[in-house]
Amino acid sequence: MKSLILHTATRLMIGVLVLFSLFLFFRGHDEPGGGFIGGLVGAGAFTLYAIAFGTEATRKVLRIHPITLIAYGLLSLVVSGLIPMFMAEPFLTGKWLFIEWGAFDTKLSTPLLFDIGVYLCVVGFIVTVIFSLEEE
Amino acid sequence: MDFFSLAISIVYVLLSLSLLVSLVRVIIGPSLADRVVALDLIAFVVISLIATYAISSGHPVYLDVAIVLALVAFLGTIAFARFIIMRAEKLRKEGTHV
Repeated sequence: MKSLILHTATRLMIGVLVLFSLFLFFRGHDEPGGGFIGGLVGAGAFTLYAIAFGTEATRKVLRIHPITLIAYGLLSLVVSGLIPMFMAEPFLTGKWLFIEWGAFDTKLSTPLLFDIGVYLCVVGFIVTVIFSLEEE
Repeated sequence: MDFFSLAISIVYVLLSLSLLVSLVRVIIGPSLADRVVALDLIAFVVISLIATYAISSGHPVYLDVAIVLALVAFLGTIAFARFIIMRAEKLRKEGTHV
């Protein structure tokens, strides 16, 4: 869509949308948020870009084919389920790793890996649908 | 009733009234563009309703819902605007006026 207002606003909004999507993603699991809603907001950013600049430009920005994103997401889901099995526990058991740096703590876990998978799957799926609707 | 809850109640009533008025515009709107602008207005009134509810309930988590809605609500309006442009071009090709 050729509109100077839309192009300028899109350049500003993309950053806000992606930042808020990552904020929702990293707050997830214990508080409202998580991979699904983060992925939805992140997919909204690429939808806005596709409406403003066309699907070809969006494919260049995304760099990866959206179906490849879904594949990496599913891989991440399976890996997060398989990690506890090497510790002789059932499939998809939540394992946590607490690292204390002094000033702040890092919490790594298999639920985080699972949420990354959900995020990639949601972004990949919605961007695929938007692209095929736009290019029809 | 203290001033805070009275103010919250007045805000709820006024926002509900503006929702009703916008709904009337969506129904009777003479052209498609009027309806789209009214739908956009409804989205933003809903954002302020959520913000008011966040204040009255005391849970700041609801503000995030308002932020997400504000970031996403205009996407629908943009899609409608493009639909109107495409329809106008199609009508111009056929030689009829809107």
